[in-house]
Amino acid sequence: METLDESLNIRPHGRSVIEIQDITKRYVMGEEIVHALRGVSLRIHRNEYIAIMGPSGSGKSTLMNMLGCLDTPTSGRYEFNGKNVAEMDDNELAEIRNREIGFVFQTFNLLPRSTSLRNVELPLIYAGINPEKREEMAAHALQEVGLADRMNHKPNELSGGQRQRVAIARALVNNPSIILADEPTGNLDSKTGGEIMAVMETLYQRGHTIILVTHEADIARHARRTVHLRDGLIESDDYLPLMESEFAISSS
Amino acid sequence: MRRFVYEISESWKIAAAQMRSNMMRSTLTALGVIIGIVAVTLMGTAISGISIGFDKSMAIFGDDVLYVGQWPWKQVDDWWNYRDRKKIKTEYAEPINRMIVATPKSNLTVAVPTSSVYRSVKYGNGEVNNVLVRGTVSDYVITSTFDFKEGRFFNELESRGGANVCVVGYDVANALFPSASPLDKSVLINGQPFKVIGVISRQGTFLGLFSLDSIVVMPLPAFQKYFTAKSEADILVKVKDKTKLAEAKDELVGIMRRVRGLSPEKKEDFSINEQQALKSTLDPIKNSIAIAGLFITGLSLFVGAIGIMNITFVSVKERTKEIGTRKALGARRRTILLQFLIESTALCLLGGFIGLTLAFLMCFLIGVGFPSFPVHFSTDLVLVSMIVSVLTGLIAGFAPAWTASRLDPVAALRYE
Repeated sequence: METLDESLNIRPHGRSVIEIQDITKRYVMGEEIVHALRGVSLRIHRNEYIAIMGPSGSGKSTLMNMLGCLDTPTSGRYEFNGKNVAEMDDNELAEIRNREIGFVFQTFNLLPRSTSLRNVELPLIYAGINPEKREEMAAHALQEVGLADRMNHKPNELSGGQRQRVAIARALVNNPSIILADEPTGNLDSKTGGEIMAVMETLYQRGHTIILVTHEADIARHARRTVHLRDGLIESDDYLPLMESEFAISSS
Repeated sequence: MRRFVYEISESWKIAAAQMRSNMMRSTLTALGVIIGIVAVTLMGTAISGISIGFDKSMAIFGDDVLYVGQWPWKQVDDWWNYRDRKKIKTEYAEPINRMIVATPKSNLTVAVPTSSVYRSVKYGNGEVNNVLVRGTVSDYVITSTFDFKEGRFFNELESRGGANVCVVGYDVANALFPSASPLDKSVLINGQPFKVIGVISRQGTFLGLFSLDSIVVMPLPAFQKYFTAKSEADILVKVKDKTKLAEAKDELVGIMRRVRGLSPEKKEDFSINEQQALKSTLDPIKNSIAIAGLFITGLSLFVGAIGIMNITFVSVKERTKEIGTRKALGARRRTILLQFLIESTALCLLGGFIGLTLAFLMCFLIGVGFPSFPVHFSTDLVLVSMIVSVLTGLIAGFAPAWTASRLDPVAALRYE
């Protein structure tokens, strides 16, 4: 059934990867209590391409940290592949991040003194994969983002776009359930940014689930679904017309 | 388990890369540990050198010989009780030996009388002052631990007859006969000629205080003929089985009481001394020197450790964002803790290794330059220094590594 769904690209009806119900997050900042999320519910299915948008202070970053299992909600329910994340301890969260989530950061966050290959290998080390296998998988991931010839280059020998592609290779090397990209083009010029979004599109076409966090409407337009946040609540959740047209194409 | 191994090997690689890329900083920090390890190691070599010297000095007395004397070999608070004791006489040896022979299963072998004074020894124009001149019997050689460089000890015949022969110590022989053999030459003591029949091999000093080689040994009758004034007598008694030293001592006490004619209610007016008792009075002194020395030099290592701790804190601070990234990619708390612990340990090991090399070179140079200075470099010391280095690294690195492992990934990722 599932394969049929995928082949038809009827994503909203596929198996859900992420299901959050009425989550809230409160911070204490000095004397003040900040309600970053005031009750957000969201369901993300396999092979969705979703953009989370919102102005600063909307709770966008907080939601991203929740989705990325970097933080746990104050209240509410968060299920990742059917597992309750809200009550996991540090080590269990680390495990989920390692196996299920591929992070792409605005600032790339590569280890400056390690080669592309070593950077991409990092999540595999934490997964306990043996060195030979590690290298093979990392090389394969770099190939996928078109950097087969830059494996032994260090970050300072690469352009911004290449660095981000290394970061993307690192995000997908462990074959995670979702790729979580936080302003992936924020530090790039628009041309390079376009190239990165093309890579994202390819990954999506190959069946990856992508969550894109951005404040730029241009970037968000690449996604098939857009969630707008405002003041800690979901303001809108739309499937873009592009998806419908694509759906029309693929079903015809 | 396998993951743990990969994490450790990864951590070592990171540590090496970190040291390479912060060469200056790492070297300066390691310098603190280097100095600490050099200080502690040199102190260790000195202590083991002193200890070896101490044991060597103690061995002079023999571990199977009892010494009957007026004074005990220990600090006494009531010295006036000992001062007025009757002198020990060389003549006691004879009745003691008789009683040893008469006792079946005696734990004692033989009693040897000795009597000593300090005199000058001359040969030609040469003169050596303050030489220990000792009169004894031929059995003395049984109770002693020395070897002969040349010649022999006097025999029983010469011993009884009181022949004017003597055996000289290494220093005496060297001073009076720098180029020729002293054998069959006659040295003058108190104006009396004594023919040299043997030279004792070098024995060194006693606890570095006085030379054991500045000695002349002669037959007791000859000694008594010329050097009666101010001489001090001791009786040396050899024990049959040194594992039964206590029984032997008790037996000797009984014999001495009979020799002295003490009634049962009277206290002993003599002391039976042995190496072990002397050792146990001197050991605490030796140990407190060792502890004080290690404590003081340990302080320099402590300062080095503080340097390591500081630099690891800096490293954690600088790499907060990297820690956040690693956590996002799946590093657990344990992983991060290990990474920084290994980093500080690697730095300490490097310092320890360099420090040990330096200490080894210094020991070697001291050994060449000042042979009498007691330093002793051992493999145990290498092992101990390395363990100390690792422990220093682990202890110094723990607080910063713990801080790093507890960082909130969100805050760490946001850190600029």
